[in-house]
Amino acid sequence: MDKLSDSEDETLLRDAARGFLDQFAPLSVLRKNRDAGRDYAPELWAEMAQMGWAGVMVPESHGGADMGHRAAGILSEEMGRTLAASPFLSSAVIAANALRASASDHLAAIASGETTYALAIDEGAKHNPAATALPATADGNGFRLTGHKTFVADGASASRLLVLARTSGKPGDPLGLTLFDIDAARAGLDTDPIQSIDSRDFARIDFDSVNATGEDVVGDVDNGLAALAPGLRAGQAALAAELSGLSAGISAMTIGYLKERKQFGRTIGSFQALQHRAAHLFAEIEVTASAIAAAGRALDSDPANAQTLVSLAKARATQTAKLAVMEGVQMHGGIGMTDDYDAGFFMKRARVGAEWLGDYGHHAAIVAESRGL
Amino acid sequence: MSDPLENFRSEIADWIAANLPDELRGVPTTEDTICWGGRNWVFTSDAQRLWLERCAERGLTCPRWPSEYGGGGLTRGEEKALREEMTKAGAPSPLQSFGIWMLGPALLKFGTPEQKAAHLPDITAGKIRWCQGYSEPGAGSDLASVQTRAEDMGDHWLINGQKIWTSYADKADKIFALVRTDRDAPKHLGISFMLIDMQTPGVTTRPIRLISGASPFCETFFDNVKVPKEGAIVGEQNRGWDVAKYLLTHEREMIGGGGGGLTSGDTLAQMMGTLDPGTLNDPVLRAEAMELEVDAMAFALTMERYKDMSEAGQGVGHASAMLKYYGTELNKRRQEVLMSAQGSNALDWEAGSAADWLRSKANSIEGGTSEVMLDIIAKRVLELPAK
Repeated sequence: MDKLSDSEDETLLRDAARGFLDQFAPLSVLRKNRDAGRDYAPELWAEMAQMGWAGVMVPESHGGADMGHRAAGILSEEMGRTLAASPFLSSAVIAANALRASASDHLAAIASGETTYALAIDEGAKHNPAATALPATADGNGFRLTGHKTFVADGASASRLLVLARTSGKPGDPLGLTLFDIDAARAGLDTDPIQSIDSRDFARIDFDSVNATGEDVVGDVDNGLAALAPGLRAGQAALAAELSGLSAGISAMTIGYLKERKQFGRTIGSFQALQHRAAHLFAEIEVTASAIAAAGRALDSDPANAQTLVSLAKARATQTAKLAVMEGVQMHGGIGMTDDYDAGFFMKRARVGAEWLGDYGHHAAIVAESRGL
Repeated sequence: MSDPLENFRSEIADWIAANLPDELRGVPTTEDTICWGGRNWVFTSDAQRLWLERCAERGLTCPRWPSEYGGGGLTRGEEKALREEMTKAGAPSPLQSFGIWMLGPALLKFGTPEQKAAHLPDITAGKIRWCQGYSEPGAGSDLASVQTRAEDMGDHWLINGQKIWTSYADKADKIFALVRTDRDAPKHLGISFMLIDMQTPGVTTRPIRLISGASPFCETFFDNVKVPKEGAIVGEQNRGWDVAKYLLTHEREMIGGGGGGLTSGDTLAQMMGTLDPGTLNDPVLRAEAMELEVDAMAFALTMERYKDMSEAGQGVGHASAMLKYYGTELNKRRQEVLMSAQGSNALDWEAGSAADWLRSKANSIEGGTSEVMLDIIAKRVLELPAK
């Protein structure tokens, strides 16, 4: 594995991303979007695509920049710092990785940012791909999908969907699932936006006899989890990176506040009780950042064996983000609880990120199993 | 095999295969069988002596040190390959000592050519065993308040005072100590870093028995001890604090990173076959074990990342206090989970790992308490204000 420190190229990428996001997607943009009822700013996404971010995982032969997982993680971390919203994770990371192996015609449109994707897997309250029930029943040369999916990130705005459906077996069987790549405007598909606490695009999607053909199948019929795995792993790693950046973001905001707020005639940052809590949080964030870097490196060098490190990253990032926002709001005191102040945005996104693509328990169990526990 | 690192790896694997005595292969070392070397060292076996001599000859007791002082002159990548090949072959560490971990790095940075030549080869060969004389009664983590006095008597220093928590002082040949050479200077500016032979008349030690039953720590007394001036002080006179600070950073990384007693005892994964069947079916224990594995793996990666950052010139500086803080707290948690997993089997002094569990409680006290580490992070890394 390559070194866990940033290379020179990565440092440049990080600095460029931070500069761009600070200027064009600071926290105030999230507030503006929320107040306007928008999930993200399409013009911002267009600019991200122009910089190559939409094609970060798309092969150069399909017009992408093909920068790799660690680079995608660095972009995600920086987006997490300012809570910049975009279809980056769903489209540029998850879909691009799920479609790479099949050299899909849609990769070029992902890279240009014109087409955005959403991943429709979960049907219950907890992430569990194997539990998929939504049947895709054979019908002539094709399939008919009937059922529902929930908590579909970017589901209301996406132009295409990757849908995991059951073609054989029972819910809980890891085999018997098939991954479909279908147009979001296809007949029988009904999208119902969820008003999520983080003010982003999540949706419930109902399938009423939606037609799919053999050409819509990604990978092999009945082996959809294998086709999905690269996308899911990449998404989990990038989401972990976002949560790691989010933790650093709220922490920086909190440290700034500790240095400036006065009470009892002193700067509150001089109180040892608060200093020690801030220092402990620093330690947790540092330890998590290492897991993030390792997951990115592992995906770039040996993706088939990277799941343990990816799950380690997602587990750690989930816990660290929860701690960071709790400590952040607590140390801000009453002002941290107000909607006028930005701390709450971090808290809400951290909670959403904690659930999406597998919570702490889901990923810690994968790590433990790999360690023989 | 054109990759030089791979060449080195296969070369060193061959060397280990040819030189590691069979009876040491795959036998875990314990507190009693770790080789510390020194004038009074009694080898546990001929094999232990042979292994030390061969490794020292090849520069493997201090792989990264310059070869002119008996080191191996290896790069970090080579050292890592060496470590991996040693582990693969089931080879014990040939030598451990405070000379390797602490004094050596300080001499390499601050020592005169004469001091390096006088001390480093004896450390790499395991001929001289050093101990560390920092803490004093009443000083605790406030190291700069040392009171042990060194008076300038013309051709020698006259030392009077007392040190405490001097690990293995009763077994050491020499001590590197912080002594006050200027009582009028400000707290941090009147201290010198001094090398003293433990056999000098007036030096006595007394072990301190710990709750774990063992007594690695001692009290050390200096009663009119005469130290010849030649080569006694490392670094500048009265600027010993600079040397001490540099050393403490090393110590923190070592304790936090598993060099200093943290590797004693197994991980839960290694212990799995020895536990009563179904032990981990208990949901509370299982959850604790899972959380521990997650944090332990992430911490190991952090050690790796910090090393990579140091090498890449992205200095980590005071953030090394984080390694000490996190590593020691993590080890205490690990010992706690291991005790739970073993149940009553752990409670037998002879058979169980209770001694490791008891010993681990000191991890967050020695080498600067966890609270001191948090202070360092808050003030030096986060730059939180004093008022």
